[in-house]
Amino acid sequence: MNIYVLMKRTFDTEERISISDGKIADDGAEFIINPYDEYAIEEAIQLKDAHGGEVTVVSVGSDEAEKQLRTALAMGADKAVLINIEDDVEESDQFTTARILAEFLKDKEADLIIGGNVAIDGGSGQVGPRVAEQLNIPYVTTITSIEVNGETVTIVRDVEGDSETIETSLPLLVTAQQGLNDPRYPSLPGIMKAKKKPLDEIELDDLDLDEDDVEPKTKTIDIYLPPKKQAGRILEGEIDSQVKELVQLLHKEAKVV
Amino acid sequence: MSKKIIVLAESREGALRNVSFEAIAAGKKIADGGEIVSVLIGDNVSELGQELVAYGADRVITVQSEKLKQYSSDGYAQGLLAVLDEENPEGLVFGHTALGKDLSPRIASKLGSGLISDVTSIEEDGGEPVFVRPIYSGKAFEKKVVTDGLIFITIRPNNIDPLPKEESRSGEVTSLDADIKDLRTIIKDVVRKATDGVDLSEAKVIVAGGRGVKSEEGFEPLKELADLLGGAVGASRGACDAEYCDYSLQIGQTGKVVTPDLYIACGLSGAIQHMAGMSNSKVIVAINKDPEANIFKVADYGIVGDLFDVVPLLIEEFKKIKAS
Repeated sequence: MNIYVLMKRTFDTEERISISDGKIADDGAEFIINPYDEYAIEEAIQLKDAHGGEVTVVSVGSDEAEKQLRTALAMGADKAVLINIEDDVEESDQFTTARILAEFLKDKEADLIIGGNVAIDGGSGQVGPRVAEQLNIPYVTTITSIEVNGETVTIVRDVEGDSETIETSLPLLVTAQQGLNDPRYPSLPGIMKAKKKPLDEIELDDLDLDEDDVEPKTKTIDIYLPPKKQAGRILEGEIDSQVKELVQLLHKEAKVV
Repeated sequence: MSKKIIVLAESREGALRNVSFEAIAAGKKIADGGEIVSVLIGDNVSELGQELVAYGADRVITVQSEKLKQYSSDGYAQGLLAVLDEENPEGLVFGHTALGKDLSPRIASKLGSGLISDVTSIEEDGGEPVFVRPIYSGKAFEKKVVTDGLIFITIRPNNIDPLPKEESRSGEVTSLDADIKDLRTIIKDVVRKATDGVDLSEAKVIVAGGRGVKSEEGFEPLKELADLLGGAVGASRGACDAEYCDYSLQIGQTGKVVTPDLYIACGLSGAIQHMAGMSNSKVIVAINKDPEANIFKVADYGIVGDLFDVVPLLIEEFKKIKAS
């Protein structure tokens, strides 16, 4: 199977967010593979192990994403491609990213494309379905299991807690939900091998795209932190009188019950 | 300039979802006096049309077919695109629900438009709408505008108030015949989640447990409290990793981001990744044995104590309030 994984480099979930010059400050921040994309990489490797083929991980971003691509290679992916847009694209949105990925993927004859269902930074969850639409292939989002049997694919997807079993066929795009698998840590031999695996870097030019083709449709005009919450009231006294007081407060003061 | 806005309504088990009414209200904010046309896709849904009118839709279009009985992105996209072809709206509003999240990027891509997902409030600047949405799961917010093409947004449930329901509002409910062709994904089976009823993302009350709940059985009193308050049960990553509950209940930066009216955190320390998913709740109650627990820093009210003592007492007290 020819499998492609869509990967994004994101802030570590344990990072606090601060803002400088109207942008999210990233000085000294730890970066990781978007956790949902990690499930995607793991699933791709497992499917390759079961069915043969090749796993290519692709990311749209800057030089800095090389580190996360190497990690994906160390986990067991065969190839990585960085579409470096740093010099060409000043502003981007999901339209931009999806357009670039679709252009890259259109002649790759991918049997399966796997991405995370959402990135934990921007949180829009658009890129996967957008890419599938442009490639004119079916897609299934928020999957928790996938079985490939020849051309037939059986998937379980999470729909707000319900589990839907879906039958579809290759070629296909899916997006990973938590619970799909337990992503492996790169092993030491894996890390050594990853250094020799191909990591290609391409730019918009190589895809016959120019900046106008990928011009975003939306624009961020402000970024700010939520107002800091005042520390609340710790109740005192015997537990049962605290509980009585709490229920009264919720009922009469906060009026939420 | 007034704009015609299409609002996608959603029904579940024969009833409209609240977020559909919120989406109508969101549509009004964008429309600037223009028409709100609500679209309802499914099988046997026409009788729900009048309720959308009562919540402010000027007109309702239903697209019905046997093939639309269950949601599929292929089926719904064909149905909706048939409507868009006829109506040529200037804007689109969906709920940021499982369905909305799955369908909206595809429609946006097909239309070559932008899409601002997961909007929590709508402001205005020089007559043009400005959309506020959380990023980094609520650790920060951004304001976005549309620079080219359609205004297309999905709104997070429970954040934008619906208009008051008024039966006296009138509006036409029409149906559109759409020829739904082959579906490439077929639903073979649906298993409903164990905790039935209220969905986490729409719940007004959430009772969440962390590692302090200690076991699967430990979630029982939390569930009882949630049921009593008409709410839903949630969990921290710690509780999910320890297999006390299903990952579908996880709240946090990985997992769901929620903004209920009342969030009761039980035995939950308040890791940064969890707080990102719930700290914008309107009222937060923390119950934890450890007075130093981080969760108290965002809580409006805190009780230092064992959740297994406190929660049963809470259930009793709430029962008294409910009875009075």
